Amino acid sequence: MRWLRRNAVVIAGLLTLAYLILPNVIVLVFSFNKPNGRFNYEWQRFSTDAWTDPCGVADLCGSLGLSLQIALWATIGATVLGTLIAFALARYRFRARSSVNTLIFLPMAMPEVVMAASLATLFLNMGIQFGFWTILIAHIMFCLSFVVTAVKARVMSMDPRLEQAAQDLYASPTQTFLKVTLPIAAPGIAAGALLSFALSFDDFIITNFNAGSTVTFPMFVWGSAQRGTPVQINVIGTAMFLIAVLCVLAGQLFTGRRKRS
Amino acid sequence: MSAATQAPPEPAPALEVRKPPVRKRLVPYWLLLPGILWLLVFFAAPLVYQASTSLQTGSLEEGFKVTWHVATYWDALGEYWPQFVRSVLFAAVATLLCLVLGYPLAYLIAFKAGRWRNVVMILVIAPFFTSFLIRTLAWKTILADSGPVVSVLNSLHILDVTSAIGLTEGTRVLATPLAVVCGLTYNFLPFMILPLYTCLERIDPRLHEAAGDLYAKPVTTFRKVTFPLSMPGVVAGTLLTFIPAAGDYINAELLGSTDQKMIGNVIQSQFLRVLDYPTAAALSFILMAAILAMVTLYIRKSGTEDLV
Repeated sequence: MRWLRRNAVVIAGLLTLAYLILPNVIVLVFSFNKPNGRFNYEWQRFSTDAWTDPCGVADLCGSLGLSLQIALWATIGATVLGTLIAFALARYRFRARSSVNTLIFLPMAMPEVVMAASLATLFLNMGIQFGFWTILIAHIMFCLSFVVTAVKARVMSMDPRLEQAAQDLYASPTQTFLKVTLPIAAPGIAAGALLSFALSFDDFIITNFNAGSTVTFPMFVWGSAQRGTPVQINVIGTAMFLIAVLCVLAGQLFTGRRKRS
Repeated sequence: MSAATQAPPEPAPALEVRKPPVRKRLVPYWLLLPGILWLLVFFAAPLVYQASTSLQTGSLEEGFKVTWHVATYWDALGEYWPQFVRSVLFAAVATLLCLVLGYPLAYLIAFKAGRWRNVVMILVIAPFFTSFLIRTLAWKTILADSGPVVSVLNSLHILDVTSAIGLTEGTRVLATPLAVVCGLTYNFLPFMILPLYTCLERIDPRLHEAAGDLYAKPVTTFRKVTFPLSMPGVVAGTLLTFIPAAGDYINAELLGSTDQKMIGNVIQSQFLRVLDYPTAAALSFILMAAILAMVTLYIRKSGTEDLV
């Protein structure tokens, strides 16, 4: 009893962790299911069919490819635009500064439906055809703020004396930027880019309003929830999870080794 | 998150420093130009445009015209106030549950995990990478009528209690308010844990020792030291969970029934199915205003105005 009381926080925390991971376990387990009928909600029997043929469902891999493509371009766009803004905000004092800060903050504090519906209204009235480009525009728009926040936090916490030291050693402004500032800001830029990629790849609400008849991966999943969910969805979900974990582990190994050397 | 948007104090202007040449003073504006233009055109302008749409009347065939028809707002509120109330209620309950469930885990990572810290952190973030729609669909399996969760809750007579207060219906969990709140809590939990963790991590552990030296019990230490110091994280976390949860329509659609529609569902169907753009615009404006008002009030109340 005393042990229980002393470790109450740990137990509660681990229970929450279990709550967070439970659906992923279900997704993993049901990727080996052989469902009876169109829906994959009940366990029938073990099968590796879906793993050997992940593209066996019409349009699934097409939508996956499209999502990856959009996420890639959205990441590049949002990271470039966001990094420029972050440097301006972290390095310069200018008059419009607080209004710019507000404009950056608002998209993160706005319910997605509101942004999605208003952007779609604009496209609709300008007579712009919904599709790849409208999705990309929307994704860059909502990823931008997250990049700015990530990069700005990093640049702000940087010691200004490092740049002064570089200049004292006769580095030109360009050299200082490339050899000192950019490497220090890099983790922030990488975090912003990674976040943009994840947000864009997984976005449903904003895409739902601005995609027209174009089907991204989340939209495919949404549609399949109504029409019948193929097991391949669970395969893709599990693969995404595994790739993410592997990337994190690789990153840890990499930084760990660098710290040691 | 928003603590980072705070500007450091401006350095006192030194009198002898000459103003930099005009070309140099324009640099920040050139850096800002492309990104800010993007936000103005694709974020701010659509909101303004949305405002004008909410005052239009007409039909898809004849086209819409601005007629300053404010009545759309009253009609929309009159018809959909239950969905508004439900959204706020569900989001508030989910946020509270996120706080109650997320706090121990954030605390565990910050103070107790030791060398397991990175592992637990990965376990919190990694589930994110499985598309959240797939994970939400997995809850259909977990909460299925014939599943273990429902039968355990049933044999413990918990479902009798929740049914009595209207959270569930009979012996079902799926397609009830409980399922929607469960999905909302699950989906937004990491948004609570991460700001809480960053805030707790900054607390000097010596403060805990000091409290212990002054004969404070662990509970008292938590109540008087840890929790007050974690307030910025609590405020950021509740905002990050409440705002998206109030506008969400995915959990209500996948885990609820037609009786649990939230305001997001209404906006979505008005916009994409009924094609009644003025009503959809008015509804999203009311939602935005309501959330802004609540957030402002909340930040005032919690006394961390410097947060935003």
